[in-house]
Amino acid sequence: MSTIRMRISPAGDVLDVKALIRHPMESGNREDKATGEKIPANYIQKLMVEVNGETVMDGNLSEAVSKNPYLNIKVPGAKGDEVKISWTSNTGESDEATKAA
Amino acid sequence: MQSNRRVFLKGSLAASAAGLAVGAGLLSPRAVLAAEWPESAFKATSMDDALNGYFGTADVSDSGDISVKAPDIAENGAVVPVTVESAVADTDKVAIFVSKNPTPMVAAFDLAGANPFVSTRIRMGETDDVTGVAHAGGKLYKAGKEVKVTIGGCGG
Repeated sequence: MSTIRMRISPAGDVLDVKALIRHPMESGNREDKATGEKIPANYIQKLMVEVNGETVMDGNLSEAVSKNPYLNIKVPGAKGDEVKISWTSNTGESDEATKAA
Repeated sequence: MQSNRRVFLKGSLAASAAGLAVGAGLLSPRAVLAAEWPESAFKATSMDDALNGYFGTADVSDSGDISVKAPDIAENGAVVPVTVESAVADTDKVAIFVSKNPTPMVAAFDLAGANPFVSTRIRMGETDDVTGVAHAGGKLYKAGKEVKVTIGGCGG
């Protein structure tokens, strides 16, 4: 199952996109309470948003974005257009999801 | 010293388009689909260095056309809802900063058609202003909103 959930509300020529991404967003500053060792950093760095294959937003995130990142943006488009969100983390992991408005 | 030198090297690499392409090839083995993550800006420990690293300038003026929405009090600094919106014409970049965080740049968005509007949740280490910055027509505009943080959200 994708880590990305999206809700899209068309309003005129704008799509209101609400996305919730399941991700720990580990900053690298936290210690494992059981072992006392630092938990390695693992956070989303790039977050790309496309509408019908065209990039409309190129996002850069840091470890200061909360766990399970929430993002609400407004992109050009109308009902039926396909919105794609993809992310890549500092560890090289990635995921993507596409949803029609 | 060593770490400053690394930042400097990366910054100067990113300065040229050729350097960027080479850097992308050398530093990141995976396919590069997007612009390189602006590491020097995100690792900067001062607001000015972060602004310089991302926008190429730290010359930013207060503007009533930037709106920053955030709660007055955040009991948990680990989850602070923030909305930044710019009414400045031709805004092509929007970014969120918290100057007292260990690294002030929280997130930055290059817009290619999307509205200059971003709402997300961020971590704050202590009571501080959340600063929204917009880049439009080569200039920087900002506005801030103070959030009182009861329990910081950066460590333990």
